[in-house]
Amino acid sequence: MLHYALSRVLWLPPTLLAMALVTFLVMHATPGSPLDPIAEGANPLSPEAQRNLAKYYGLDRPLHEQFAIFVSKAVRGDFGNSFVYKTRTVREILAETFPVSLLLGAMALALAVVGGLTLGILAAVYQNKGWDYVSVTLATAGVAVPNFVLAVFLIILFSFVLPLFPTGGWESPRNWVLPTVALALAPMGIIARFTRASMLEVIRADYTRTARAKGLGETPVVFKHALKNAFIPIVTLLGPMFAAVGTGSFFVESIFRVPGMGRFFVLSMTGRDYPMIMAVVLTYGAFLAIMNLAVDLVYGVLDPRIRY
Amino acid sequence: MASSTPASVTKLGGGLRPPSDASPQEDLRGQSPRSKAATSGASRSSSLWRDGARRLLRNRLAVAGGCVVILLCLIAIFADVLAPLPYTKTNFARLNETPSRAYWLGTDQLGRDMLSRMIYGARVSMLVGLGAQVVVVLIGVPIGALSGYVGGRTDLIITRFIDVMYAFPRLLFVILVMSMLGAGLINIFIAIGFTGWVGIARQTRAQVLVIKEKEYVDGARALGAGFGRLLRRHIMPNALTPIVVAVTFGIPEAIFTEAALSFIGVGINPPTPSWGQMVGEGQQYIRSYWHLCVFPSIAIAVTMLAFTFFGDGVRDALDPKLK
Repeated sequence: MLHYALSRVLWLPPTLLAMALVTFLVMHATPGSPLDPIAEGANPLSPEAQRNLAKYYGLDRPLHEQFAIFVSKAVRGDFGNSFVYKTRTVREILAETFPVSLLLGAMALALAVVGGLTLGILAAVYQNKGWDYVSVTLATAGVAVPNFVLAVFLIILFSFVLPLFPTGGWESPRNWVLPTVALALAPMGIIARFTRASMLEVIRADYTRTARAKGLGETPVVFKHALKNAFIPIVTLLGPMFAAVGTGSFFVESIFRVPGMGRFFVLSMTGRDYPMIMAVVLTYGAFLAIMNLAVDLVYGVLDPRIRY
Repeated sequence: MASSTPASVTKLGGGLRPPSDASPQEDLRGQSPRSKAATSGASRSSSLWRDGARRLLRNRLAVAGGCVVILLCLIAIFADVLAPLPYTKTNFARLNETPSRAYWLGTDQLGRDMLSRMIYGARVSMLVGLGAQVVVVLIGVPIGALSGYVGGRTDLIITRFIDVMYAFPRLLFVILVMSMLGAGLINIFIAIGFTGWVGIARQTRAQVLVIKEKEYVDGARALGAGFGRLLRRHIMPNALTPIVVAVTFGIPEAIFTEAALSFIGVGINPPTPSWGQMVGEGQQYIRSYWHLCVFPSIAIAVTMLAFTFFGDGVRDALDPKLK
């Protein structure tokens, strides 16, 4: 166990390094540069000015040198200045926006887990009855329909038809409701589907039958015997779930005007804001890798049958 | 005794074959051992597909999804005939109009007919869904098969690479590639193909790893079948089911990816209409002109649901164990 955990932790830095390298290569291998924007109406710079800027930002050095400099600085948490928001460092921008995204993501994930488990249990207990269809439909819709489309429907329903919540912003908890729901529906659907399948399997297992046979009521059978065992495979889902919430938040944030990290996502990429791109990709990547690791370790603790 | 064994094998496998088929016993005994393996493989798989089709047709939700998918394909193919107006035709006298008799779904910010743009949008969605999967399969299946079959160091390097690609948040990487390459249909194929092949490569590799240890593969190898023939005739046909399932789910995923890319403006180049792009532009005016983003949203939702129901049906039909 300890050996496994250690080797997984040791694999983190090389994975992140590979991720940085791939991102770096994709950025530099494709035509265009931050100094010569292909965007329409861009201000054409004189060659001298371009050379000066390239020198200032270190873009005139050979690629391997640029990458080495980036890595040595990034290790110390220094990602440099943003090319687009020239007065601010990437670190400042991330420090300001990442907590907002994190809060939104955490709320969405909590809602997804609670809602998904509820729907899944209901569906399994009432298999092929009304509740089952309701929750399977909800789950499928949540998984299949992109969250920006769900967001549009939510705004129409709960801001226009029933004016309960504002269409966007982040000032008060009332503004948080719709973005959280929009972001939660996809992972909620995934959890509900897996809970249903997993519960159905467990409900038919011998030990559940034994529990019933010895006269236990339906509630303790479902919650103490079935759910506890059905829960184990669901834990593995949390890894991909973080990814879904992480990348999903970008769309939700832009529709609901949430001042999170997602906004900088595309702005930095289309603007060829190299420092920002690297920082955003690596922040998401590191976050996901760490969460996946945590999930795998928790899984081992929860299920004593697992050996590494 | 000796002749009854192969006959019962074919009977089990080709259960749905009409009895008028040339007596299978005679057939098999007359053939060389090598083609015997091939025939039994083929009849087994054809019955698998036929059983699958039967199970699929019994699933009402999947049939409904399939019908919508076919309808969407027809709309995409006949977009030129169906659309009342060209998708670029502007009418500056009637901007942002809500649905009316002249414009069934209203007009957009430039006075273009929403219905026509939606119809052409279906073409983009279907094209991306199918085209991207072709790229994904062409890259992913050979790499996965090679990795699984050859094993050793090649396998190690390929799986390591796949793991790193997996660690990337997928959509983030596609957005990165697209913003570097620039918007456009071909670039979408490249971006999705470049990132999407890992999933199918993994599936193929896992299948090949299992199948290459089977006795019939050993048998074929012992009879002198070469590398290419083994993969093509003996391993791949048996590894096909999970690949088909992966492709059925890959299509809506590609459609989703295109919609998401176009939503943020790095997908399809305007003026070519795409549903995602229409939602992205329309949602900014959702307070004043609800119809701009609601109709394309509905189109995306319906398409995704139809493909998902159909895909679920295909998976359940081809792999009853999973249900």
